[in-house]
Amino acid sequence: MGHKTPLYQIHQQMGGKLVDFGGWDMPLHYGSQIEEHHKVRQQAGMFDVSHMTVVDVTGKDAKAYLQYLLANDVARLDSLLGKALYSGMLKPDGGVIDDLIVYNMGNWYRVVVNCSTREKDLDWMHSQIKSDTKEFDITLNERADLTMIAIQGPQAIALTKTCLTDKQAAILPQLSIFQGLAVGEWFIARTGYTGEDGLEIMLPNNEAEAFWMALAKAGVSPCGLGARDTLRLEAGMNLYGHEMDESVSPQVANMSWTIAWEPASRDFIGRSALETEKQAGIREELVGLVLRERGVLRAEQIVSAEGIETKGVITSGTFSPTLGYSIALARVPKSNATHYQVEMRGKWVSVERVKPNFVRQGKALV
Amino acid sequence: MSDIRKELKYLSSHEWARVEEDGTVTIGITDHAQDALGDVVYVETPEVGSRVNVGEEAGVVESVKAASDIYTLVSGEVVAVNDLLQDTPETVNNSPYDEGWFFRVKPDDLSELEDAMDAAEYKEMLESED
Repeated sequence: MGHKTPLYQIHQQMGGKLVDFGGWDMPLHYGSQIEEHHKVRQQAGMFDVSHMTVVDVTGKDAKAYLQYLLANDVARLDSLLGKALYSGMLKPDGGVIDDLIVYNMGNWYRVVVNCSTREKDLDWMHSQIKSDTKEFDITLNERADLTMIAIQGPQAIALTKTCLTDKQAAILPQLSIFQGLAVGEWFIARTGYTGEDGLEIMLPNNEAEAFWMALAKAGVSPCGLGARDTLRLEAGMNLYGHEMDESVSPQVANMSWTIAWEPASRDFIGRSALETEKQAGIREELVGLVLRERGVLRAEQIVSAEGIETKGVITSGTFSPTLGYSIALARVPKSNATHYQVEMRGKWVSVERVKPNFVRQGKALV
Repeated sequence: MSDIRKELKYLSSHEWARVEEDGTVTIGITDHAQDALGDVVYVETPEVGSRVNVGEEAGVVESVKAASDIYTLVSGEVVAVNDLLQDTPETVNNSPYDEGWFFRVKPDDLSELEDAMDAAEYKEMLESED
């Protein structure tokens, strides 16, 4: 038996196909993953993402601690209350322990990390509070008391508004993209993992069921983690354990933009390893692939470019419901190749290279 | 619990076979299989006129989750394939035993079906997997 979110019974009642996901019993879909995908692109869908780990970082050294812990610089959040930042949390050798989002909560920060990496993340975060050379006056507080619901799609904000109190709804017009604000015990953020506009809302566990049901009544379709994966892949977003992990540098996972090199005086974990790697020359890159004929590209398939001996690998692949054909992200040796060969079920199939960003805001980009 | 039809024969790889009135045999995948696969996005059936043999790959079904080989329960010549599956592969999810059939074989030897499981045996196998 896995961990259960406060919405577990609701998922069962709504016909969710529950599967193990990083130790949690989570809905894969409620009937059709593809229909749920289309709902999000065209209207609005909601996802129970309570399995993700929320950690509040408080104390007078919270900023300094995160500036040391993360490759991106939380100082970039200083200008705007509630602003969110995407970052890798790296090992000294530059490998990615996890990718995460951190919100500026005023004089403290809220960090959201993955569920499958929860234990090692928390262990690592605790271990970095005090070392031979550094000591930070901070406290880490895991917020298991919060449920997280993502509502995504072109109608997500309008439909969610009808389920909020006046006070909560008053927040919505103030939210810029990638910003979240607290209202009482609720935290309402304009973030997501689908390539659509929408919200991620954290709320007390005991209010979760009523809110989910209100959203369903308002016309927001329940969606499982299956659709969440095809949506994020269409949007070209990374998934930890696929596009990067502890053996993969953020510099070969389209995450160079999340490495804040300036100010040069900021010492963050992994910095010197990334600098060495950069000086030596980055050898690999993450590219998008499309297969416009039949067949589905899948993770771990081998990718080959003409004239290049070193092979690449598909990190995530799926059938794209929006495009009607298969798309993938692949880590390959750097080159100007416009086409690759992928080994699919014993046959080499030609695929086209594209920017790793396939669909956004309901529109095809390839 | 998934739907298991009494009149059909089954393989452990989750294909079913139905003997038609004209003596041909229709092959498809079970309700359990479509449920485990999730949304089906492509189906590759053998060509009409080609031969399929027991134990050899006869087609492929690809879903959002995985690709699976399709096996036949009887060897013989393919006399019909379900063209509906090319444009609406989701038919396999919606109607695995009826509209979602894959192909039809003129069997060399119908007694090959005796090696397959009946509904009770298939049900028992599924239950033992849970």
